[in-house]
Amino acid sequence: MIKKFVLVLVIVMLPGFVLAAAEGVELDSMEPDHSNKASLQRGAAMFMNYCLGCHSLEYARYQRIADDLEIPAELFEENLIFTGAKIGELIEIGMDQDMAANWFGNAPPDLTLESRLRGEDWIYSYLRGFYQDDTRPLGVNNVVFDNVGMPHVLVEMQGLCAVEPKIGGKSSVDPMSGNIKNGDICSDWASEGSMSPGEFNVAMYDLTNFLSYMGDPVKLERERLGMFVLIFIAIFFVFAWLLNREYWKDVH
Amino acid sequence: MQKLVSWIDQRLPIVDAYNKHLGKYYAPKNFNVWYFFGSLALLVLVNQLVTGIWLTMSYNPSAEGAFSSVEYIMRDVEWGWLLRYLHSTGASAFFVVVYLHMFRGLMYGSYQKPRELIWLFGMLIYLVLMAEAFMGYLLPWGQMSYWGAQVIVNLFGAIPVIGEDLSLWIRGDYLISGITLNRFFALHVVALPIVLLGLVVLHILALHEVGSNNPDGIDIKKNKDENGVPRDGIPFHPYYSVHDLVGVAVFLFVFCIVVFFFPEMGGLFLEKPNFEPANALKTPDHIAPVWYFTPFYAMLRAVTVDLFGLEAKFWGVVVMGGAIAILFVLPWLDRSPVRSIRYKGILSKIALAIFVVSFVVLGYLGIVPATEGRTILAQVLTTLYFLYFILMPFYTRMEKTKPVPERVTG
Repeated sequence: MIKKFVLVLVIVMLPGFVLAAAEGVELDSMEPDHSNKASLQRGAAMFMNYCLGCHSLEYARYQRIADDLEIPAELFEENLIFTGAKIGELIEIGMDQDMAANWFGNAPPDLTLESRLRGEDWIYSYLRGFYQDDTRPLGVNNVVFDNVGMPHVLVEMQGLCAVEPKIGGKSSVDPMSGNIKNGDICSDWASEGSMSPGEFNVAMYDLTNFLSYMGDPVKLERERLGMFVLIFIAIFFVFAWLLNREYWKDVH
Repeated sequence: MQKLVSWIDQRLPIVDAYNKHLGKYYAPKNFNVWYFFGSLALLVLVNQLVTGIWLTMSYNPSAEGAFSSVEYIMRDVEWGWLLRYLHSTGASAFFVVVYLHMFRGLMYGSYQKPRELIWLFGMLIYLVLMAEAFMGYLLPWGQMSYWGAQVIVNLFGAIPVIGEDLSLWIRGDYLISGITLNRFFALHVVALPIVLLGLVVLHILALHEVGSNNPDGIDIKKNKDENGVPRDGIPFHPYYSVHDLVGVAVFLFVFCIVVFFFPEMGGLFLEKPNFEPANALKTPDHIAPVWYFTPFYAMLRAVTVDLFGLEAKFWGVVVMGGAIAILFVLPWLDRSPVRSIRYKGILSKIALAIFVVSFVVLGYLGIVPATEGRTILAQVLTTLYFLYFILMPFYTRMEKTKPVPERVTG
């Protein structure tokens, strides 16, 4: 009877797992790892240095990042807060939204929830998807986001690919070793960057990992607690089942 | 203790009430798995009320503050993420258990005489629950909240003559705005929960008046022993209270797997576009309601022909409304001499199977974008959905039923 009950519940939930897969453009896969603090720290530093000029994280606080990523508050204030904000404040930017919309066509969006909106695969692919396109106002386009309004901010590091880079091949970073499988996505570089393609992939893995953490900062804690909750319910089930069996002995 | 109870009992009939609804409420002893879902629905209702109250403490019902207050709950409020995931997962769980509970009713003829009122109250609960879920979904003020509400409220605009004014009246504005958000909030946290609780009380009172049905569809009150106790009945407490506890444990296990490990359920419980704040100037590529509305949404989209000078959209709304309305008259459509599917004939079994498949596949079609082939499929399935009800008076009478045993089986 209980078996049937579990079966019914599982069958009802099934469509959820199946429907998780979907959508058009081929993306590189990126497996976030929120327990990799070093990666998250590098990602946070990258974000504060290169992204925060235009993209806010307006639902998150500096203090929370410092705590979660195990960065001492003083060190964090000295090296990662560029806006003069207090460490307890939300991560906002000074850029005026209307003017930004004038410059880029659209105001750069807040990125706190970008990983939940578009997914880690998309961000990882997008960050590596810029290429030279002289028909565009800023001279670059993106294979994942056609006619993108954003300049290639990280061109110093990646270099500029003269042709459309191959996204959606099997290239991915192994989160355990940091090695890149099938990393070379560009066959013709218009200019070289300061990083090798492999190094750049790792840097973008870290940045994506940080944004993944940003979208769901409580994930590690939630899953840790979840295990205890499930163990508790499982033990409760045993007692409930035994109690039930005891009472139902006299029902014939 | 005994003194206190008798002191109260002289002033308020608590002993009487306890006996009527728990201690001496005799339920058939042959309940199977399908009978867990009623008490589970009550459990989820309590979960929604409790988590809802605490969410309200930190939520800001304004167009400017709603979205960020939800993120504030998720990030800055102690255990706020747990409250919110319990509430959002609870909403979907509510519909899971209610759909299974309703399916149980269909299978075992629990709506048949003398339980028509139980069924009607249950249908009203379902209706209020849909309104509650719809209005609650606007509150996070994400893109899908906004555009989902826009699409659904615009449906009222399809009604001839009064339609446009009616949707204007519901919104309180020319498009979904902070005004709409405020009234939906008021309805979601105060008005509808009160109605819901009242209906649940009526549903249970009506049930306890006539007694529970069972998988055999036998009236256990026809066979009583010398004390007037049904031979096939057992007191709800302690037998079914401890029994339901086992069901609760299993349910909570599955529920907590979702809450702690898959709170978005792959975009099904929390849709991805809803992680972007509502923007009246930017329509999402693909607007889909949450999964529990999708069968009806698929029916709405399935109607593509203008008729009698009225546009297809209006007829879509009529079909969608009719799909829910027809459930209300179910007790008077079933003419079978037996209640349970166990003793009904082959036609009823086939009809029920087709009905379930139609409903589930329509649910899937309502999630995915429409294509020509899918629209045709949705049209066929919508027709089958209605045929289940319209033909019911005929096939339930035509078919040969099996003899119903005197006493309940296994």
